[in-house]
Amino acid sequence: MNETTNLPVLEKLTYKDFAPDQDVKWCPGCGDYSILKQVQGIFPELGKRKEEFVFISGIGCSSRFPYYMDTYGMHSIHGRATAIAAGLKASRPDLDIWIVTGDGDAMSIGGNHLIHTLRKNFNLNILMFNNEIYGLTKGQYSPTSHVGLVTKSTPFGSIDEPFNPAELALGAKSTFFARSLDRDPKHMKEILLEAHDHKGTSFVEIYQNCPVFNDGTFFIYSEKGTKKEESLYLEEGKPLIFGENNSKGIKFDGFKPVVVDLTDGKNSVNDLWIHDKRDRIKATILASFANGNNGTHLPRPFGIFYSIDKPTYEETMLHQIEEVTNKKGKPKLDDILSGDKTWVIA
Amino acid sequence: MIQKNVNFIDINKPKKLHNKTLKTEDGVIEKESVVVRFSGDSGDGMQLTGTQFTDTTAFLGKDISTFPEFPAEIRAPAGTIAGVSGFQVHFGSKEIYTAGDEYDVLVAMNAAALKSDIGNLKKGGIIITNTAGFDSKNLRLAEYPEGVNPLEDDSLSEYEVYKVNITSLTKEALKETGLSNKELERSKNMFVLGMLYWIFDQSPDYTINFINEKFSKSPELAKANILAIKSGINFGETTEIFNTRFKINASPQPPGTYRSITGNNAIAIALISASEISGLPLFLGSYPITPASDILHELSKYKHSGVRTFQAEDEIAAICSAIGASYGGSLSVTTTSGPGMSLKTEALGLATILELPLVVINIQRGGPSTGLPTKTEQSDLLQAMYGRHGECPLPILAPCSPSDCFETVYEACKLTVEHMTPVIVLSDGYIANGSEPWKFPTAKDLPKIKSEFTDKPNSNDGTFLPYKRDENFVRPRVKPGTKGLEHRIGGLEKANETGDISYEPHNHELMVNLRQAKVDKIADSIPEIKIDTGSEDSDLLVLGWGSTYGSIKTAVLELINEGYNISHIHLRHMNPFPKNLGMLLMKFKNILIPEINNGQLIKIIRDKYLVPAIGLNKIQGLPFTTSEIKNKILEILNKK
Repeated sequence: MNETTNLPVLEKLTYKDFAPDQDVKWCPGCGDYSILKQVQGIFPELGKRKEEFVFISGIGCSSRFPYYMDTYGMHSIHGRATAIAAGLKASRPDLDIWIVTGDGDAMSIGGNHLIHTLRKNFNLNILMFNNEIYGLTKGQYSPTSHVGLVTKSTPFGSIDEPFNPAELALGAKSTFFARSLDRDPKHMKEILLEAHDHKGTSFVEIYQNCPVFNDGTFFIYSEKGTKKEESLYLEEGKPLIFGENNSKGIKFDGFKPVVVDLTDGKNSVNDLWIHDKRDRIKATILASFANGNNGTHLPRPFGIFYSIDKPTYEETMLHQIEEVTNKKGKPKLDDILSGDKTWVIA
Repeated sequence: MIQKNVNFIDINKPKKLHNKTLKTEDGVIEKESVVVRFSGDSGDGMQLTGTQFTDTTAFLGKDISTFPEFPAEIRAPAGTIAGVSGFQVHFGSKEIYTAGDEYDVLVAMNAAALKSDIGNLKKGGIIITNTAGFDSKNLRLAEYPEGVNPLEDDSLSEYEVYKVNITSLTKEALKETGLSNKELERSKNMFVLGMLYWIFDQSPDYTINFINEKFSKSPELAKANILAIKSGINFGETTEIFNTRFKINASPQPPGTYRSITGNNAIAIALISASEISGLPLFLGSYPITPASDILHELSKYKHSGVRTFQAEDEIAAICSAIGASYGGSLSVTTTSGPGMSLKTEALGLATILELPLVVINIQRGGPSTGLPTKTEQSDLLQAMYGRHGECPLPILAPCSPSDCFETVYEACKLTVEHMTPVIVLSDGYIANGSEPWKFPTAKDLPKIKSEFTDKPNSNDGTFLPYKRDENFVRPRVKPGTKGLEHRIGGLEKANETGDISYEPHNHELMVNLRQAKVDKIADSIPEIKIDTGSEDSDLLVLGWGSTYGSIKTAVLELINEGYNISHIHLRHMNPFPKNLGMLLMKFKNILIPEINNGQLIKIIRDKYLVPAIGLNKIQGLPFTTSEIKNKILEILNKK
């Protein structure tokens, strides 16, 4: 159709339009700065008007984020951002809602809201900054801290089994899970754009360095010398290749992923696992890479593990309202007030 | 000094309120009011029987008040006292304010029902029993001693007892219908209803209509149930076993069109009405909890009114989703009961500091903890007043009867939107499930609700100040999506007007005081309190709130008619109080505050007005009886 519509011309926005005049108050060197910069960077590219965006956060270092985005925003209470966003999205499907949360906020105090929001599949974007520590409360272990981590509340080492966020998200029927990290701005930008494009709840785990309480936890995935051996970048439809000079790959031995050397002539690229983000079983196996189980050392995957299309909660809700209204008609208030059975007293 | 008004009794010639009993010519006794208690096993359908009897009675123009009472267990062991489900209805040709202290008629479907409920049957009252519910197994389950059957000894000699094998009569009457034995058995409550319609000389047409609608998809069930009712009526008419029939004339209620309403349904309708009148879409975030769930159920039926109901994962998410929807511009509501209210209090702090509209409805029940989930209590008033972290004042309203739930909740919606503050409504299990006739309003009678969203900057330099207040200390409301007004709000203390984060000491004190002033200012928007019954110049004032209205009103009316000079004031506005309350209280030398708790309003009243009020407290999960209140009033008056 060559219809000309009168859609208002979108103003050209730049990242500066999203930077308010507030001082950013994270610690020097915090990974959050990089994430903020990438988010401000992609927002002009999203094709929306500035007033359509809303940031909702809970409590924690990451949750200060809304103050640093010149959009509508709410800095709410610990763990509840997802629940607040659910009500906002259900009542205002037109808004473009982003939740910023941390590992403690999302997976500990807000765990219940997180899993239910994921399963209900509102069209929301959840950015979970994972630094494996409580920063704002000054250094206690978090639900993603590894066993043995020495913190203020675990002076003899943490004894808790940590959550694997990817497994948790998939178990909660998330329709989109991706992982990126603060020290790879280019990758993060791509992931953020993909998360936004996904219609449904997009859950993005971002490895984020806390220079004060848990410095360097993720450096092996980002620093020269270890990055190529330890991290695996997923690309849709491509084989799983990593290592110095792309010398290694992952293939399946039954359902077991194994690392193979691509230089010894025994395996070629054609033998490797091809990434398919619509494949739930493959996504589940990718999620398990972080567990380091069976003594097999596997690289840490980054990218989109899983992404499928499914009707969103708010769409279904509106559809039901429409269906019932079409069937029954909108009742008059006077009819609701009177009900079916009345009597008259003269 | 307060002078006793000696003329009072002469001026208001006492009209006799006691039950008039007239024997009419055809052997039918005419009565002013009657209390019937339907009592049976949870599976006997007593709630449906009671509701149908009530609706028919109301439909025939009598005033009514009901008290459904059921166990917390969905199906407690059949035949046991724990499994007894009761429905009490008080109806009459006079104004009825309570479900009645004692009943005239007890329908006992089994031994456990008789044992559990005989205590409140009037001496000489009527017992109608289903003898099939008194076999040896039933007697054992009801914990009667071995070999004892109350229907066969003389333990019931002071009552008029009718022994009817309702089960077998129903089966016999319906044997041609082809229904299964189980289905036949389940129709016995309709047979009972038929007998009662005969005894009270009421037409079964209302119930027949109901059955035809309810079973429109299975006409054979409709036919059988109607046959059961008719058989019950015929049984009464042909066997002539009942010595007594009653006739209760229609009540002289104000002319108009009426319907029957329960408190929880009135709440649902009030919310839809406020949404339509304000033009704000309705959003309910809720989590199932007794006795509040019926509001969620009722609103969920109104999808075609555009109502969005959201059954959240927990109580916290329920209120948080409502806060999110309120932020988005909805009329937002969350409904709960005591334990859920406790879970919501953190988020209520957020809603208070954000200064967003939100109606929080607490259908109180016996607490603490799981307490008495199906029983009534007024024990969350202090929680509503003080039970949050920080300085966190909120307006509180309390309805006094099932139909008053409509007006109170409608007013709560108006206040929350117009004053940009969460509002708490304290109903309770008694009025939530109880019903009464309601002369419902039409849409055009409903007060307007001023709902405005700003779309322009509100400062001289063209910036938007989200916490710049009007003369009522109310901040502007903005919908996300409004161009040019992008701003952040949050739980951290905010600088006056700008809403930016501020830790400045004096600013915090200022903001605390401003939020308090905003709530206090609501006193200007609510009506002054009036004396409900009696005069401003009396020997004793009974000050009540919430669901105790009926018991207090009846007690006070009866004592006035016996010649006492006493008065009754009933509060809907619990915070802020009506402006004239203090002045009014000063006029009375005796103030009695009856509450279904251990003394909560009395603490607030003594604290605020320094008056020496006396409490009357009952914490049994039951409403007050009229005589409990009368006795306390007399005790105080006689001491002086």
